[in-house]
Amino acid sequence: MVRVNVGLLYSRIRRDEKLLLSELRDRGHEVEKIDVRDVAFGLSEPPEALADVDLAIDRCLATSRSLYVTRFCDAYGIPVVNGSRTAELCADKVKNSLALHGAGVPTPRTEVAFTVESALETVERFGYPCVLKPVVGSWGRLMAKLDSRSAAEAVLEHKATLGHYEHKVFYVQEFVDKPGRDVRVVAVDGEPIAAMTRTSDHWLTNAAKGAEAEAFDLDDRARDLVERASAAVGGGLLGVDLMEVGVGDDGEPDGYTVHEVNHTVEFKALDEATDVDVPARVVDWLEVVAETAGTTGGHGDEGAREDVDDGEEAEVST
Amino acid sequence: MADDSPLTAEDPITGEEIELPADVEVGEIIDSPASGAELEVVSLDPVELQEAPELEEDWGE
Repeated sequence: MVRVNVGLLYSRIRRDEKLLLSELRDRGHEVEKIDVRDVAFGLSEPPEALADVDLAIDRCLATSRSLYVTRFCDAYGIPVVNGSRTAELCADKVKNSLALHGAGVPTPRTEVAFTVESALETVERFGYPCVLKPVVGSWGRLMAKLDSRSAAEAVLEHKATLGHYEHKVFYVQEFVDKPGRDVRVVAVDGEPIAAMTRTSDHWLTNAAKGAEAEAFDLDDRARDLVERASAAVGGGLLGVDLMEVGVGDDGEPDGYTVHEVNHTVEFKALDEATDVDVPARVVDWLEVVAETAGTTGGHGDEGAREDVDDGEEAEVST
Repeated sequence: MADDSPLTAEDPITGEEIELPADVEVGEIIDSPASGAELEVVSLDPVELQEAPELEEDWGE
């Protein structure tokens, strides 16, 4: 086995990072923890802590930092998981939806409007309920299910008046009548490591909102969508979120829709809900990426660019 | 001989001594048992805690 010098870019060590650190160290890899709050990134030379790493792992909690540090890694020629293009396509819900739709992956109907008036027209056209989401955000925060015109008017006015400029990008999405749960798949380059359902009485079923997690066996249709959704954003270590649609009396869905792909995926809940040793599987893959990057000089980005340009599935450089 | 005494640090808010997990990492968040506040481990030698940053809008996965 190749011993890898890993640079873990972080600003907070969650349980997920702790699991990853433990697995990496147990296998004898060198791990340099790099708190991105403590370093500055120059245009040509990497910060000292990053200079000798074979592979950087972006585990920044803040999306803004994630976007920049992955770009800096590119500039320094340091292979990084996930790549900057993947980060860009996952960090912003508009870009994420465009990438999924462009790759032919079923995703909820979505429109983006830039004024309260045009957003309200979209909402009225979608009908009630529909959903308003922030373009950047996670853990189910600042999501609004709009049940009426008066609710829509109020939420849009608040966003326009009180929000950061990004909140004036109104991301309106159809409300998908899912069966009280969604499906989270952690995958590496489109290959599922494990999957779970997240069940809640609330319309939001994020684990961070307290949804109950349970292991889930993916069928071939879901596996195919995970592979294609991963390719659509350039591959990597990803959390692909699906909803079952058209669930019949037998509990079987007609199909799935992919509502989101996450690039700094949390996996502690999946590790607890399933029999799969998720961090071990992640590190198995990281070892392959590091070994491949040693000969190819990068991961994922070229494929992502190709995919966005021509709508074909990406070649991922592992 | 290994030191078996528990790892402790002062709670920067309450001043109380807090027991920490043996495998604690710099950057990890500990909940203050007294106040419930999130405390960040900022060093291990010596072990030092400070109030963790407030949740930012772009945090997540």
